[in-house]
Amino acid sequence: MNLSEVTSVGGFFSLVPLVVFLPVLGLLINMIFGGRMSEKAIGWTASLASGATFVVAVLLATSLAGHPEAVTIPFLDWINIGTLELPWAFRVDTLSVTMMLVVGGVGTLIHIYAIGYMHEDVRHHNDPSRYRRFFVFFNLFIAMMMILVSADNYLMLFVGWEGVGLCSYLLIGFWYDKGKDGIGNALAGKKAFITNRIGDFGFLIAAFLMFQYFGSFNFDVINEMAPAVAAAAPAAVMAMTMFMLLGVTGKSAQLPLFVWLPDAMAGPTPVSALIHAATMVTAGVYLVARSFALYSLVPAAQNWVAIVGGVTALLAATIAVGQFDIKKVLAYSTVSQLGFMVAAVGMGAFTAGMFHLVTHAFFKGLLFLSSGSVIQGMERGEHHVEHDPNLKRKMKQEHGAGHFDPQDMRTMGGLRKRMKITFWVYLIGSLALGGIFPLAGFWSKDEILLESMHLHPTVYVLLTIAAFFTAFYMTRQVVMVFFGEPKSEPAAHAQESPAVMTVPLLVLAGLSTLGGLLNLPYLHTFKEWLGHTLGEAEHAVEGAVEGLAEGAAHASTAWYDLGGLDLRVALFSTVLALLAIALGWWMYTRRMEELQSLPLAKRPDDPLRKILGPVFKVFENKYWLDEIYKALLLDRYVDVANFLAQKVDWDFWHDWFHDKVLAGGFRGLTWVLAKPFDLGIIDGIANGLATGMQGLAGQMRRLQTGFVRNYALAVFLGVVVILGYLVLRMI
Amino acid sequence: MLPVTYYLALSAVLFIMGALGVLIRRNLIIMFMSIELMLNAANLAFVAFARFHQAVSGQIFVFFVMTVAAAEVAVGLALIVTLFRTRHSVDVDDVTLLNG
Repeated sequence: MNLSEVTSVGGFFSLVPLVVFLPVLGLLINMIFGGRMSEKAIGWTASLASGATFVVAVLLATSLAGHPEAVTIPFLDWINIGTLELPWAFRVDTLSVTMMLVVGGVGTLIHIYAIGYMHEDVRHHNDPSRYRRFFVFFNLFIAMMMILVSADNYLMLFVGWEGVGLCSYLLIGFWYDKGKDGIGNALAGKKAFITNRIGDFGFLIAAFLMFQYFGSFNFDVINEMAPAVAAAAPAAVMAMTMFMLLGVTGKSAQLPLFVWLPDAMAGPTPVSALIHAATMVTAGVYLVARSFALYSLVPAAQNWVAIVGGVTALLAATIAVGQFDIKKVLAYSTVSQLGFMVAAVGMGAFTAGMFHLVTHAFFKGLLFLSSGSVIQGMERGEHHVEHDPNLKRKMKQEHGAGHFDPQDMRTMGGLRKRMKITFWVYLIGSLALGGIFPLAGFWSKDEILLESMHLHPTVYVLLTIAAFFTAFYMTRQVVMVFFGEPKSEPAAHAQESPAVMTVPLLVLAGLSTLGGLLNLPYLHTFKEWLGHTLGEAEHAVEGAVEGLAEGAAHASTAWYDLGGLDLRVALFSTVLALLAIALGWWMYTRRMEELQSLPLAKRPDDPLRKILGPVFKVFENKYWLDEIYKALLLDRYVDVANFLAQKVDWDFWHDWFHDKVLAGGFRGLTWVLAKPFDLGIIDGIANGLATGMQGLAGQMRRLQTGFVRNYALAVFLGVVVILGYLVLRMI
Repeated sequence: MLPVTYYLALSAVLFIMGALGVLIRRNLIIMFMSIELMLNAANLAFVAFARFHQAVSGQIFVFFVMTVAAAEVAVGLALIVTLFRTRHSVDVDDVTLLNG
């Protein structure tokens, strides 16, 4: 579609490049003038840039409401080689605008929150320049994420895909001088980057295969040609989707590449909220939804995606149960929820997956930001204790002289009285995540469970157990952090965060409460909205669902069907969640109190440790996955690298080939050239000539007697000869 | 009047005597005088031919030869004097510094 057609469409479509360039403008202002701007000015510049992006996204959404067909806005020529014409064009359709709204909206709230959060950071570390650095990276992330979601082809999407990976790396390592041994955070950033690189390799291979079989990277072209290509070369489409799945497991932290996400919590908490919970990690889900035409054609690949998502959801949920770091629990929860989304889009329930993506962005963003508020509240409490000698002494007696960890939930407790707003929003976020009616998480999770019951019963079982664990670990966390008695002096003196942080929390809490309105039963606003883009795929799935439903229980569609909401599924999952909450409540209040009567040495830090025994240890140590990866892959990789470096490169290549063969051969050649050739032949010729000349001259010199009469005689004889010649000629 | 052959014969005899003097004698002064003898033999031949051909150019050429001979005597005698001063001899066999 060319530009004139775009203007004929009307609306705000031509504004779409602004979603990328407004954040770029923000980061340029902060980069160039940030040195002379105040902290507040820097933060608000970045927030305004992000907010303006959100406004543009809203305008696009209003335009789309009147004109739901996808619109492509060409921006500039990017790559033109042979038959490959790859413009940088912006694709505006309901799917991309949904992502833009999430990124812009949640992103702006997190920007504003970060103004307050990072202020504390600057105060603690006494380095104002890091404030500017943080917001420059943040704006860069928004720009890159917008490139990712607004791309109209896979290669441009990959540009954004890599860009957000870079921002993730930069922001995980934001406190690069902190962490274990002073390089722990830098290593976490590196781990994220390298793990993602493995996924990106899969993405690239998939893109290359697409170019080979479709001759294009464009979404429209590929969607159109997909059925024909799938019929001609089913293995190729299978390979594409499977390699793409590898990319998804990297970016969206699924098995087997999820290990980077928990380590990514080394970054500041707003980063965890924005990049590692709400937006970037959902890029994989978006990618699968974007490639719905391909996935719909290969049920085997869909099956794999669903299984990967389901297993990840359950595995990560169990790990979350055994964690004590407040952010680690949320990190594994994110991995688990991403598993839900990946499973959903894998099964072909694209709307359900995207719906959960949106609501998850609300409540997980909320939970992360609240956890940041809790951590800073603890830090303020610790600060208070540090300045009170009596309290300091008391804390040393209780906790020893070691460093106090403000993220360890075992040191918290009772915070609900000291941090009221944070407590309430945290509770809302937890209930939303746990899937309690009528909060946002209930609707989206329920939709996934419903679809999976019809489409993939195995995954349904996995996800239902995962949902049980989800409600349990969130109850565990809320009780450990906010209820009971303070378990340390800093917790007893924690202070609420400033308004600049709590207001975004309240907004997100509102969104987490009302997010379900997007796709209520009977109305299906969201499904209809996305249906304009994912149309065919969703219909196909509906057909399958209906087919299954007819086969299974055709007669009894009446009592439990509430306009697309299955009461059986909803009730069962709600009952499970309530059970988990009740169990968690009992275990971390009553049981915990009972355990307090035990002597200190026998008293476990977690009642589950006593009940589950070694199983809890498995959860706590994350199934030793990091260790297994290290033993099976990393160490082997290091072995190979060592072998290549020492044996192949150094011993063979350097010592043998370079030193012996090349240098030795050259030395031999130069010897031949220098000794026999140069000295023997060249010098021989030169010396021979010289000697010959010398000998000749030695003979000739005898002629020069020095006796005048000899010369005179020679002259005389010469004259006689010449005269003789002349006379004879005359005759 | 004597025929020209006579003069030429005398000239030839004088020239050969001069040439032999240069080749055979070792005293520089004598060799020098022998050269003068050869020059004068040539002069005699010039004059004889000039007379025989009734052309003045031969006689004029003799003047040139005498002029050059005078110059040659000036240079040659100076050389001989210098040589004697340095080597205390006018024997040509003692002057072989330029041998190979």
